[in-house]
Amino acid sequence: MADGASGKSGDSPHTGDNRPALALHVPEPRSRPGDPVNFADVDVGAPGDMPRPDEGCAPGEMKDLAYGLVRVLGDDNKAHGPWDPKLSPDTLRTMLGHMAMVRAFDERMFRGQRQGKTSFYMKCTGEEATSVSAGMALASDDMVFPSYRQQGILIARGYPLIEMINQIYSNKGDKLKGRQLPIMYSSREHSFFSISGNLATQTPQAVGWAMASAIKGDSRIAATWVGEGSTAEGDFHSACTFATVYNAPVILNVINNQWAISSFSGFAGSERTTFAARALGYGLAGLRVDGNDALACFAAQQWAANRARANQGPTLIEYFTYRAEGHSTSDDPSGYRSAQEREEWPLGDPVMRLKNHMIAIGEWDEERQEAMDRKCAEEVKAATKEAEKNGILGHGLHHPFKTMFEDVFEELPWHLKEQAAQATREREIKWPDQHPKDGAGK
Amino acid sequence: MSASDVKNAAATSEQGQDERRINMIEAINEALDIMLERDPDTIVMGEDVGYFGGVFRATAGLQEKHGKTRVFDTPISECGIIGVAVGMGAYGLRPIPEIQFADYIYPGLDQLISEAARLRYRSATDYIAPMTVRSPFGGGIFGGQTHSQSPEALFTHVAGLKTVIPATPYDAKGLLIASIEDNDPVIFFEPKRIYNGPFTGFYDKPVEPWKRHKDSVVPEGYYKIPLGKARQVTEGEQLTVLAYGTMVHVAEAVCADKGVEADILDLRTLMPLDIEAIEASVKRTGRCLIVHEATRTSGFGAELSALVTERCFYHLEAPVERVTGFDTPYPHSLEWAYFPGPVRIGEAIDKILKD
Repeated sequence: MADGASGKSGDSPHTGDNRPALALHVPEPRSRPGDPVNFADVDVGAPGDMPRPDEGCAPGEMKDLAYGLVRVLGDDNKAHGPWDPKLSPDTLRTMLGHMAMVRAFDERMFRGQRQGKTSFYMKCTGEEATSVSAGMALASDDMVFPSYRQQGILIARGYPLIEMINQIYSNKGDKLKGRQLPIMYSSREHSFFSISGNLATQTPQAVGWAMASAIKGDSRIAATWVGEGSTAEGDFHSACTFATVYNAPVILNVINNQWAISSFSGFAGSERTTFAARALGYGLAGLRVDGNDALACFAAQQWAANRARANQGPTLIEYFTYRAEGHSTSDDPSGYRSAQEREEWPLGDPVMRLKNHMIAIGEWDEERQEAMDRKCAEEVKAATKEAEKNGILGHGLHHPFKTMFEDVFEELPWHLKEQAAQATREREIKWPDQHPKDGAGK
Repeated sequence: MSASDVKNAAATSEQGQDERRINMIEAINEALDIMLERDPDTIVMGEDVGYFGGVFRATAGLQEKHGKTRVFDTPISECGIIGVAVGMGAYGLRPIPEIQFADYIYPGLDQLISEAARLRYRSATDYIAPMTVRSPFGGGIFGGQTHSQSPEALFTHVAGLKTVIPATPYDAKGLLIASIEDNDPVIFFEPKRIYNGPFTGFYDKPVEPWKRHKDSVVPEGYYKIPLGKARQVTEGEQLTVLAYGTMVHVAEAVCADKGVEADILDLRTLMPLDIEAIEASVKRTGRCLIVHEATRTSGFGAELSALVTERCFYHLEAPVERVTGFDTPYPHSLEWAYFPGPVRIGEAIDKILKD
C-alpha cells in the first residue's frame, strides 16, 4: 500500500489548506514547588449565602448549588444561614472528638510506617470533616462504600482502633488475614464495605447496594466516597447513570482534595466546571460544599440522606477541600506542588474551625482541647502497643500460611489443594527445624 | 413449581413416558423462572432482558411473572451491570446479570476480576459476590468479530471465578441452577450456536432441532448438576476428546462420521475442572484431543494440554493435539474457514491415531 493511503501521517502536519492549526491543551496547576501561591481566583462565596432547598427539590431547580459553595462556619466562628444543622453541643463535642482522634491516629500510624512497622499508610489530614461529619449524618446501619481516605467513618462508627492497627500491621490479629494493603479495611459489622485498591469501583457497587435495599423495601441507604481524580473512571459514570435511572437511594460523595497523587484536579476536568456540576447532566441533585467546614459537611450529607430515605432520589456532593499531606507514605508532594498551598488554602483547617466555633459559642475551651488531644494520643498509643503484641509487618507474626489458599472460593478446589501442598513443602525445606519429620511442627 | 410437580416430572422421566423435550433457551428460561420462584433474593437484569425478554428470548415472560423489580432492563453499561451486581451481592441478593454477548463483557472486566472474584478473599468472608453472569458466546451465527468470541480463558485465568459452559438443554438447566445457588461468582457462557439445536459442524446441512437429541429431555422442576463434574458423551478406547459447548457436538459428529471410537468428555465446567475424569480417560486411551472454538494461543486448551502432559505423560501414545479457532479476530464472511470444523478435527484425529 502506498504511504498516502496507509492512514499514517507523514512528517509534516496537515499542510496545504488555510484552516488554523489545532493546539492541544495540557492542564497545568496554579503553582509548582517554590512558586508563590495565590488562591484569590478561587471563589469560595460567603458562609450562609447558599439557599437550602427542600429535600425533594428537582435537580434542575437547584443548579446554583452545584456551582456555589455551601458554607456554614464563618470567619467569625459562628454558624450562618439555612444550612446550619443546629447540632447539640454534645454532638459537636463528639464530632470534634472523632476528628481529633483521626488526626492522632494518622500521626501515629504515619510514624509507625516510618519506623518500619508496616509498608504503607495514608493520612487524611485536612479532610477529616468529609468523612467524620458527613458519616455522622448517616444512620449507623446505612451502608458506606468508602475509598481509601475514610478512616474517619470507621472511627466515628466505633470500630476499635486495635483492629485498624492489626490490619495496618498485617499481623496475626488482622481480621483480613494479612491479605490487604494497609488501610484497606472491611467491617460488615459496621456497615463498612471492603476497600478496593482499584479506584471508583466502589461507586456502582454502592448504587447496586442501594438498589437492592429499594428492591427489598428496606429503609437503609448507601453512600460512597470517591476522590475527584477517579471520577474520571468509567465506573463513576456507570454509577451516576444507574443511580439516576433507578432513582437509587444513594449518596455519591466526591472528595475534591485538589490532588490525585501528583495530578491536580484539572486532569479530572476541574478547569472547565465543578465536580458537583457533573450531577446536572445525569439529573442527580448536586451540592458543592466547603469540605473543611464540619457543619456544612454534616448538613449536606443529612440533606442527601433525607432525600434518599424519602425515595426522592440520589445526590452527588462535591466536598471542596485540600489534601494537606502527601498522597501516602510512598509520596513526597514537595516534588510536584508548592508547600505554600497548604498555608494559603482559603478554607482553613477543619479541626481548628470546628474547635474555634465551639469555643465561640461557649461550649469548649483550649484546656479541654489540649486534654482531649492528649487523651486521643494516649488511646492511640495504648492501642498501638496492644496491637504490636500481635506482631508488626515482616516480623513473622502473621496468619498461618495456609490461610493464603482459603477464601479464594467457598470450598478449596483440587488445584489449590495441590498448590497448598507445594507451599507446605517449600516451608519444610526453608525451615526444617520448625517442621520435624514427625509432623509435630506447625 | 411445587415439590410434587418435581417428583411427578422425575417419575415421568424415569418411566420414559411423555418425555418433555425443550431447547436450550427454554431450559435456561426455566432455570431462571424456577430460581426466581424459589429464592426471593434472586434478580435478573441486563440489556433488553425485561419487558422484551432478551435478544435471544432467554428471559421471555419472566418480568411479567415475577415483577419489574425482580427482572429488569439495564443501561448499556457492562461495567455498571457487574458493578451494581457486586453491591447487590454485598447486600445479600443473588443477582443473575446477563451480558448480551460475551464480546461485550470487557467493560465489566475490572468489576469481575478486581472486585467480584476477590471480594471473599480480600474481605476474609465479610462480603461475597454470589452472582451468575450469563452470556451467549461463540460463533457460528454470522455474528462477525463482535458477536462470536469465546473469551473463557480470560476468566479461568482469574483466581476466584468459576466458569461454566453447558452443551445440552438438560445440562443448561441443571448447571444454571447450580451456578445461581453457588456462593462464588460464576461466568455462565451459553453456546449460542446450539441454543436451538445441536450443531455438527456441517454448516451446509439443515439444522437439527433439539427435539431429536436425547439430552433435550428436561424434567420440569428443580434439579442441579454439580459444578466440576464432566459428562461422558461417548465411550471409546481409541482416544480421549476434551471439549465443551458447541464443540462437544462437532467432535461427536466427526468421530461418528469417521467411525472412531472416542471417549468424549464434555467438561461442562472449566473451573472447577474435573481433573479426575480427564486423567482416568487419558490414562485409559493414551491419546488426547482437545477441541475449543476460542483462539489458540493461551487458550484453555493450553491449560488442558499442560495438565494432561503433566499427569498422563507416561500413558501417552501420541502428542496431545489441540484443535482451536485461529489466532485472528472472528471474520464475518470467512466464519466457516475460521471455525474449527470437521476437517480440522478430522485431521487432528488422524494424526493422533497414526501410530
